[in-house]
Amino acid sequence: MNSFLASVARNRGILPALVVIGFAIAVLSRYQPIFSGYTQIILITIGINIILCVSLNLVNGYMGEFSVGHAGFMSLGAYTSAVFTTKWLPDIPMLFPVAVIFGGVLAAIIGFLLALLSFKTRGDYLAIITLAFLMIVKSAWENIPYVGGPAGLLGVDKYTTLPWTFFWVVVTMLVIRNLVYSKFGRAILAIREDEIAANAMGVRIREAKILAFVVSSFFGGVAGALYAHLNFINPKYFDIVKSTEILVMVYLGGISSLGGSILGAVVFTVLFYQLESLGLGYWRMVILSSLLILLMLFRPRGIMGMKELPWFLPRRELDKRRQP
Amino acid sequence: MSALLEIDNVTKRFGGLCAIANCHVRVESGHTHGIIGPNGAGKTTLFNLITGIYKPTEGDIRFRAESIAGLRPGRIALKGIGRTFQNIRLLKNQTVLDNVRIAYDSQLHYSPVEAMLHLPRLGRAETQSIAQSMELLEPFGLASHAHKLASELPYGSQRKLEIARALALKPHLLLLDEPAAGMNTGETASLTEFLRWVKDHYKVTLVLIEHHMHLVMNLCDRITVLDFGQTIADGTPEEIRANPRVIEAYLGGTEDEQA
Repeated sequence: MNSFLASVARNRGILPALVVIGFAIAVLSRYQPIFSGYTQIILITIGINIILCVSLNLVNGYMGEFSVGHAGFMSLGAYTSAVFTTKWLPDIPMLFPVAVIFGGVLAAIIGFLLALLSFKTRGDYLAIITLAFLMIVKSAWENIPYVGGPAGLLGVDKYTTLPWTFFWVVVTMLVIRNLVYSKFGRAILAIREDEIAANAMGVRIREAKILAFVVSSFFGGVAGALYAHLNFINPKYFDIVKSTEILVMVYLGGISSLGGSILGAVVFTVLFYQLESLGLGYWRMVILSSLLILLMLFRPRGIMGMKELPWFLPRRELDKRRQP
Repeated sequence: MSALLEIDNVTKRFGGLCAIANCHVRVESGHTHGIIGPNGAGKTTLFNLITGIYKPTEGDIRFRAESIAGLRPGRIALKGIGRTFQNIRLLKNQTVLDNVRIAYDSQLHYSPVEAMLHLPRLGRAETQSIAQSMELLEPFGLASHAHKLASELPYGSQRKLEIARALALKPHLLLLDEPAAGMNTGETASLTEFLRWVKDHYKVTLVLIEHHMHLVMNLCDRITVLDFGQTIADGTPEEIRANPRVIEAYLGGTEDEQA
């Protein structure tokens, strides 16, 4: 069984096949009742969570910083895209992809500004700055009547479908994978390991930090845009609890691992909904956060920490990294 | 011939402590230059000033007739100054190969957008950088360990990997901070030969901090002696050996302990 799994993990033809099959099923589910409404919501949530988890992993895992502001980027993407589709150019479903990208771009611009702060601060201090950023963003939405204030933005069209979610998951994975296995990815990893040594080797630290923050917040914004067009949006949703959920996914699945991020997002989301259906809805953050404590004690790098599924490696890197 | 590196009247103070005072060093192109002195004399501080980790409080540092004082460390490295560290600073969770690749990365020219779209140019550049890195690891005896993690290498090999990594920058000047630290006499002798080979093969000027007198006297064309941040002597190994101030401050009586 183990050798079967190992051979599956090593067979690189499987991933493209899975992507094609997955996308076909997602498209088909629009016309055939393959999934119940509830299952669809869970699948879309898993997709959104994968995007959030992979993008936060870039900063918290690969780069080794500690940002707790990811829900803030998510809300930036959610609000800007929702304002775009409800107020500026309403009732044009064709423009949904533009709205999603618009949400991502705005989040990326704010991510760029946060990156500038990360030159001066690291570790605990950066965590506090991102926490402050999160509170600023949430309070800002609550105080802007144009976007509904504390009541949130209502009447957002439900444009987020399974195929769109699947599409954005693939784009996110592909872009972040390509980035990680380039010289910029090596620079981002070097920042985590030893900034002084990286400097001495001519690594462009600032460029790498900006890039990691911008890409991470862009996809955080994309995830927010997808979320906004699935539910109504309420500023209270994008608080520290939401950020904590994403952190749990990242550290559960494993830092510096794309495969781990998918695993973390899937396990977390399934557990999250399962606990609710078991009548433990109010207890789920207790249970899931306890899981995080156990994980930090016994497997601090997560299930797949620092290990990668060979599916995600470019061919040239295959024999050059340890495999699970 | 003008000097490759000129440290011109450099002073570095940390609060009230003067770590380096009015330091003058000229390193000629093609030379091997030794920096010696007792512990706490300011040798590593001098390296940190040259590589931009610290900014000089006063004075100027010129490399290839261009002032580099106050530039960021990354910029200075790219101008052609490679270094190793007294406490080895490898990327421990990365493979031996990737430790070298990262130093080659400044020579790979592709943009973040090209990287994210994984355009063919990137694949070619990366494959070439892997081949170059493997080639570089070969004479260091590290090619067969290329896919191990750097932390899994024995201590001596980690020191060699640090030198290999610095050479991947294609530097004009290589700063070695105690390359023979923790080595016995036999290992030091073979390191001496190895450094001679590195210097000739890569056509690089060496500046080294070292406590092993045998290595320093054998290898160096010129030596600067520091004590409490002051330059107390500068000259050929013969001059240094005969200098009474040096014998008093550093060698005299404590030679056995230091060597």
